[in-house]
Amino acid sequence: MSSKYDVLVIGGGNAALCAAIAARRGGASVLVLEGAPKFYRGGNTRHTRNMRCAHDAATEILTGPYTEEEFWEDLLRVTGGQTDEVLARHMIRESKDILNWIVEQGVRWQPSLGGTLSLGRTNSFFLGGGRAMLNALYLTAERLGVEVEYDAEVTDLVIEDGMFLAARLKRPVKGETEIRATSLVAAAGGFEANIEWLKQYWGEAADNFLIRGTPYNRGSILKMLLDKGVQEVGDPTQCHAVAIDARAPKFDGGIITRHDSVVFGIVVNKHAQRFYDEGEDIWPKRYAIWGRLVAAQPDQIAYIIFDSTVVTSFMPTLFPPIAGQTIAELAGKLELDPAALEKTITEFNAAVRPGTFDYTILDDCVTEGITPPKTHWARRIETPPYLAYPVRPGITFTYLGTRVTKEARMLMAGGKPSANMFAAGEIMAGNVLGKGYAAGMGMTIGSVFGRIAGREAAKHARN
Amino acid sequence: MHGTRILDEADRLMTVCNSCRYCEGLCAVFPAMEMRRAFSDGDLNYLANLCHACGACYVDCQFSPPHEFNVNVPKTLAIARAESYAAYAWPQALSGAFARNGLVISVVAALSMAAFILGFAALNDRNVLFGVHTGPGAFYRLMPHNAMAALFSAAFLYAILALVMSVRAFWRDIGPPIGGRADGGSIFQAIRDAGELRYLHGGGVGCYNEDDKPTDRRKFFHHLTFYGFILCFAATSVATLYHYLLAREAPYPWWDLPVVLGTLGGVGLITGPIGLFTAKLRRDPALLDETRHGMDVGFIAMLFLTGLTGMLLLLLRETAAMGPLLALHLGAVFALFITMPYGKFVHGIYRFAALVRYAQERRTAA
Repeated sequence: MSSKYDVLVIGGGNAALCAAIAARRGGASVLVLEGAPKFYRGGNTRHTRNMRCAHDAATEILTGPYTEEEFWEDLLRVTGGQTDEVLARHMIRESKDILNWIVEQGVRWQPSLGGTLSLGRTNSFFLGGGRAMLNALYLTAERLGVEVEYDAEVTDLVIEDGMFLAARLKRPVKGETEIRATSLVAAAGGFEANIEWLKQYWGEAADNFLIRGTPYNRGSILKMLLDKGVQEVGDPTQCHAVAIDARAPKFDGGIITRHDSVVFGIVVNKHAQRFYDEGEDIWPKRYAIWGRLVAAQPDQIAYIIFDSTVVTSFMPTLFPPIAGQTIAELAGKLELDPAALEKTITEFNAAVRPGTFDYTILDDCVTEGITPPKTHWARRIETPPYLAYPVRPGITFTYLGTRVTKEARMLMAGGKPSANMFAAGEIMAGNVLGKGYAAGMGMTIGSVFGRIAGREAAKHARN
Repeated sequence: MHGTRILDEADRLMTVCNSCRYCEGLCAVFPAMEMRRAFSDGDLNYLANLCHACGACYVDCQFSPPHEFNVNVPKTLAIARAESYAAYAWPQALSGAFARNGLVISVVAALSMAAFILGFAALNDRNVLFGVHTGPGAFYRLMPHNAMAALFSAAFLYAILALVMSVRAFWRDIGPPIGGRADGGSIFQAIRDAGELRYLHGGGVGCYNEDDKPTDRRKFFHHLTFYGFILCFAATSVATLYHYLLAREAPYPWWDLPVVLGTLGGVGLITGPIGLFTAKLRRDPALLDETRHGMDVGFIAMLFLTGLTGMLLLLLRETAAMGPLLALHLGAVFALFITMPYGKFVHGIYRFAALVRYAQERRTAA
């Protein structure tokens, strides 16, 4: 390792690698510091599967056009307007070119996966998934001459007056060292794996959160930057959180612990009470609200309950459903009050009105006279065996971040742009995502701002 | 629960993979998996034989070891595949040959070559054995053509019978419909898929062997081996037709069809196995069924030996070495034939059947 680089990239995921490649292609010498060991490199990118990019026509793998305007409207809808329009529109415009650029970096696409038809027009899927995408980016980066160091824990950043000077690094074998660079790209993710930090906003409830992705996103770089005067963006309680199987590991369970069965049954809390309309909207559109809903329930646990008639209606699951021949038996296995669960299901069944069931549309199967109602796909739960999945909040990533400009340049607390510090990916996702989420956007933010950050960082370094 | 530990593990992995599906575009295994929600022994043996061991799903998987989900599809399916060879072997009494296959193949090959040498020595005068023979019928001065034809036909027909019985059991197990017949279109599709090794490609970039950089080396050497074998088989077939239809006796001049085919095939059967063996030595142990090293190497060695002795025979057929070399070559070929149903050779047969089944399933699903 030489002692000074043009561009130092901290982080090792999609955003970091896009930045490193763009900077190297821009003529800069680049060092990537990945805090994780080689196998776990890439943060949450390992668990991703697609990217949402605007395109004006169908492609080999995308079934139709997805215009900039439509992308913008989707973003506006999911965030409820909590987004930076200038930045967001810039990202959407750039995303069109990313669709090709990322392929030039060795990433390969495949048609939308079985069970994801609703994304076939808007989202491009990585062949082999996110880790395959990362492998391709790492191969390209290394071929271009980007240096990569794993297990590289950054312990401090030397920043003076909004100017990055050096990073202090603790390495398992070679010990402590200081690395100077002309520009910094911070692409080290959010803080979702830092339970203590989550507790500042969520209290003890955070102990019951499961972290769907990398255990290495502890937000240490984000914290250093904010402590050293970089302007904060985003609501610290906002994150992408879904309901995942309560039997999933604490960290890194990835996508396979999710459940798609909510719309086919009811969801009850530990008191066997329903608490939200399970049939509010088509599942992919409501998928990402259930993490927060479950987080608000006592002990942050809930149970999706359905019967044997619907088991083949959703994707196969990693963990099998818990089964009981009677509601009481099922309640016993779930450690719920049998009488309370029987009462909830009896009342629910009595409230179901006749209708024509069709889970591909907002059908007319509704309940009447119960609170909360189930406004679509309401059918009686009456055919044993009765089945259940226990679920907990699964945190995918956090939105608190560093404020950036269109050039991915960090803004300092006073509003002054930093001379040489750039940010990309989850660490600045809050600029675009005030709240809410639409599938594949995290990767769009990563690739688009990663590429911009790398380009700008190299430009700064070579001036 | 399944009959064996490895099938339990394969079932566990397919459940993990079926709830992920990221590898759907890499090969045929994952789309076939997605057509099922639960997996019978037959289903798992089908998927195991459909896998071409390109390794891409291991390199691409976010859950491969050291992740606690410990997803290693190529290794698990490699073990399941090898166990399926024994499970479907006919007659079942000989399925044990797969247990210590390297040893079995070596012993059979050694005995076979020894038998031919001793037989040649016992039945031929020393002057004949070490004599220089040229012109039509030269080989048959050491072993009468009819004896050769009878012996090898018997060995070959036995191999065919055993293979047919084995693959029939496999085919019945990977139904439904039970005992269903394969249609022409599916067979044609499977011939194309097998002929180009369509699924030994890591989804387009090549397969993984010693590291995370994909190459097409294994595919290349497999093509040399397979087409080398086919050419050698064609050479023998043409020569048989020459013999019986045209009454033209071997050896033939170098420019004649059997020799041209045999020479090209022989080159493939020598270089292909060397390449495959080298790739195997360098292969990441994480992807391998290491306990079956002997089976893999045994088969590679048999093909190499067949090619090598054949080529030497061609080069030295007009010298005194012809007699001993003919004995060695015939010994090698005889051993190759009779061990076909009880060694790595069967991988091609089962994989082909799995490809036919897959083509069928795709047509039904479409």
